[in-house]
Amino acid sequence: MMNSRFFVPLSCVIIFSALVGIGFIIPQWAMFLATMALAKGLVALGIVILMRAGLVSFGQGLYFCIGAYVSGLMANWTGITDIILLSILGILVSVILATVCAKLLSGYRGIFFAMLTLSLSMILYGALSKMSMIGGTDGLNVSAPTFLGFAPEGRALGFSLYFYTCLVSVIAGGFIRVYFNSERGLTALAIRDNELRVEYLGSSVKSAISAGYIMAAAVGGLGGVIAGLAIGHVDPEYAYWTTSGEFVFVAILSGFFSITAVFASSIVLEIVRSFSNLYFPNTWQLVLGVFLLIVILLLPNGLGSLFNKLRRRGDSE
Amino acid sequence: MSTPEPPGGNPDDIVLQAKNLNKAFGAVTAAKDVNVAVPRGAVWSLIGSNGAGKTTFVNMVTGYLRPDSGTILFNDKNITGMEPRKITRLGISRSFQIPQLCAELTALDNMLVSLGSANEQASFFRSAHSADSVASATEMLERFRIVDYRHRTMAELPAGVRKLLDIAMAITGDPQVLLLDEPTSGVAAEEKYPLMDLVMEALEGANVTVMFVEHDMDIVARYSQRVLAFYDGQIIANDTPDHVMQDESVRRFVTGGAAATAGGASC
Repeated sequence: MMNSRFFVPLSCVIIFSALVGIGFIIPQWAMFLATMALAKGLVALGIVILMRAGLVSFGQGLYFCIGAYVSGLMANWTGITDIILLSILGILVSVILATVCAKLLSGYRGIFFAMLTLSLSMILYGALSKMSMIGGTDGLNVSAPTFLGFAPEGRALGFSLYFYTCLVSVIAGGFIRVYFNSERGLTALAIRDNELRVEYLGSSVKSAISAGYIMAAAVGGLGGVIAGLAIGHVDPEYAYWTTSGEFVFVAILSGFFSITAVFASSIVLEIVRSFSNLYFPNTWQLVLGVFLLIVILLLPNGLGSLFNKLRRRGDSE
Repeated sequence: MSTPEPPGGNPDDIVLQAKNLNKAFGAVTAAKDVNVAVPRGAVWSLIGSNGAGKTTFVNMVTGYLRPDSGTILFNDKNITGMEPRKITRLGISRSFQIPQLCAELTALDNMLVSLGSANEQASFFRSAHSADSVASATEMLERFRIVDYRHRTMAELPAGVRKLLDIAMAITGDPQVLLLDEPTSGVAAEEKYPLMDLVMEALEGANVTVMFVEHDMDIVARYSQRVLAFYDGQIIANDTPDHVMQDESVRRFVTGGAAATAGGASC
């Protein structure tokens, strides 16, 4: 088996090259779909971080929305359109908010944690809906992003955004894989199994959960920035509970074994939704539900467990 | 009650002290005016029938329960009501009557979790499965002779191995005081001595103060230098195993009068 020190960066390079290569051949609508899928995959990745510690957040729409509004408001108020700067700001605001929320949330488990996260995102939804100065329920338009001074248009803009999304997704995925493999990452898995034991080993469960929640917020905010810029419009629906539900859907679909599976699941969800919306416009949710049911029945630990099985088989051969 | 010179450990060097501990659960008194001073390096056992207050004492010392009143001192530092992880960090570890393992993780991963937790500088970047960490975890499993089970999850481990793994995890942080809650319960009779031998062997030279809760009087007599007998939340005897077994109230309330000498009885 390859040394894990090289495995993560090498995997990142291969996946990034493959994604960019695909970008050259797919039509623009597919590129937009992939950009959105990767952006939402980042948010779902946050839920997976928490799932590894035995928690599910039903409110990641909060950070998705924060990131999106940061991109919209900064462009409108300050004229900042550089995607890198907006990404940093989106992550920063999300992390600051998450640090405050984590103090409250880290003491709760199970359904209480899930409902509290949901309620926080719904508070933001309600607040934004009433704030007419930033568009209220209509939201606001977002200027096209620039890339270190480069201001592409048309297909070049779509490709640049896709390229950037692939890059940050691969980097974020790589870092989170390193975290999953780390001492802290293993402790999170132990918390899922036996919180009491972890406390009696001298680790703080609350701080481990807080760290996971803050990381989840960071990737959520980043996903929101990208989604806001890709769509060119942000509105309070980003924080609505059904949006958060989509991220949970992706996380359940992928399971918590593989990071690649999270993005793959997000792409699968976008494809299933787009095509079922096209062919079954009034019943696409039904198709989606049946699809999830089949995955849960056949792969109760998500698509990631399939990847893991394949990897283990490869290792044993 | 007068406390005679405790054998084992240095009586002038008290590592753990409980003063006037009281704890009640509604109408049930689990600890009543418990006073004890444990010298560094001693091996003591705690005996008593179910509900006598042994585990409550362990739970109070390790921070799982907060006493209603009284003080617990560790190296003269007041640790009363402190969080379990802080007490663990100070140097008091414990194992559990029902082994508290991470069920989905392998024995090796359980050890790696405890090694990672023992390290205050546990990293977000350093691999939990680095060659050094795996070597340390494997060495610990070897010390307890359970290395052959390293790739098995909890469900696949025999009861004795679970106990040993639970204890091995407790000692990874090099504790000064180790509390073992019924280390031989649920273990086959023929495995009890080998298990205790292994534990004592693993702790040899570490100058760890050990307190273990036990029902088997043979184990108590063989491995402990001193015995605390609990009844109805109170310590009714605090002496060497031989003296405690001869004690009238211990015979009446703990051993049921079956044992005139150490050995052969269980409470």
